Amino acid sequence: MAFNYAEYIRPGKLPHIWCPGCAHGTVMKSIIRAIDRVGLEKDRTVIVSGIGCASRMPGYVDFNTLHTTHGRSLPFSTGVKLADPGLNVIAVAGDGDALAIGGNHFIHTCRRNIDITLIVFNNNIYGMTGGQFSPTTPHGKLASTTPYGNPDYAFDVVELAMGAGASYVSRSTAYHAIPLERQIADGINHKGFSVIDALCTCPTTYGRRNKLGSAVDMIGWFKDNTVGIKAAGKLPPEKVEGKILTGVFRKEEKPEYCDEYAKIIEKTGGRS
Amino acid sequence: MAKSVRKDETVVTEYGDRKINVITRYCKGCDICVAFCPVDVLEMKDFKVHVARIEDCTECMLCEVRCPDFAIEVVGSGKKGKAK
Ligand SMILES: Cc1ncc(C[n+]2csc(CCOP(=O)(O)OP(=O)(O)O)c2C)c(N)n1
Ligand code: SF4
Ligand code: SF4
Ligand code: SF4
Repeated sequence: MAFNYAEYIRPGKLPHIWCPGCAHGTVMKSIIRAIDRVGLEKDRTVIVSGIGCASRMPGYVDFNTLHTTHGRSLPFSTGVKLADPGLNVIAVAGDGDALAIGGNHFIHTCRRNIDITLIVFNNNIYGMTGGQFSPTTPHGKLASTTPYGNPDYAFDVVELAMGAGASYVSRSTAYHAIPLERQIADGINHKGFSVIDALCTCPTTYGRRNKLGSAVDMIGWFKDNTVGIKAAGKLPPEKVEGKILTGVFRKEEKPEYCDEYAKIIEKTGGRS
Repeated sequence: MAKSVRKDETVVTEYGDRKINVITRYCKGCDICVAFCPVDVLEMKDFKVHVARIEDCTECMLCEVRCPDFAIEVVGSGKKGKAK
């Protein structure tokens, strides 16, 4: 049966501004279905973004939403969560937003383990501003700012989040939109900081410049170039080599920041 | 197979209890739903998706799930494959 997206979309907001075939829309739908799956109350849910194409997402959905400044979805999310720990806080960000200008906030939110779920719309580029390279642009790829090929190496969002201490870390893709939905739901249910690396596409500024074909080719690429971590363990090494791993990499219970903060308030005799 | 157009420009294709709605105003013609339908139900026509073979639809929902634009909905009959 068709999913009733209309229940979660602000009236009159569609069609959205994203380019034809931009996978940001697919990721937004996975987020909506995940919220529905978990059964979050709309009025108790806050969606926070920074700036970028991905960060336009909260404008379309019928929750409490904040569209903030570039790279700052996590500081604003932290403020909201600390002010009322009972709220469900979901942050969305592009790879540039989350890891370039917002990179510092990213690592420290990971180590703080506050109960926020971050979905990184990872399309390997600054889409909104015309295709400058981002911290996830692969080595050698073209961007408006790397016309001779990117001399830098990309961050692996999953490894970065794990190294920095996030307690839930997973990766899926816009091709795998249902597993992505499940991971987002899992991340929301997890008490602590959850990072979901959602691999998506920018056919307009990244695909075209790098001759990656159509929007369909770019989505299909995920099918052929990813392996689930569970399957990877059983496959011969040559079938896994060069592939991007997907799945849940970490799910660890550890004390959450708002709880720890409440203990300090209690210890010092303050009021929460 | 019956086709009708609702007031909101949604093109409704029906086959028994199965219905595929295309909200043409939202469809950006990206071809994603067409390319990944496992049984080739959909086609592109004038830069919009066109439901060509609804009788073959298995109601897998993948077109609806992957469409970035909220432009296609599959209202299932509950029966898989060709409706009897
Ligand atoms: C402080 C500040 N610096 C720079 C910009 C310009 N700017 C807007 S969006 C953006 C990057 C967007 O890329 P990303 O976060 O990867 O999201 P996408 O557009 O690809 O979804 C930049 C650099 C800005 N708005 N504010
Ligand atoms: S510029 Fe890229 S990221 Fe932005 S809407 Fe277009 S395809 Fe999507
Ligand atoms: S529901 Fe599945 S089989 Fe039916 S049109 Fe969509 S993708 Fe094709
Ligand atoms: S995936 Fe959506 S926007 Fe793209 S052609 Fe199909 S219905 Fe249209």
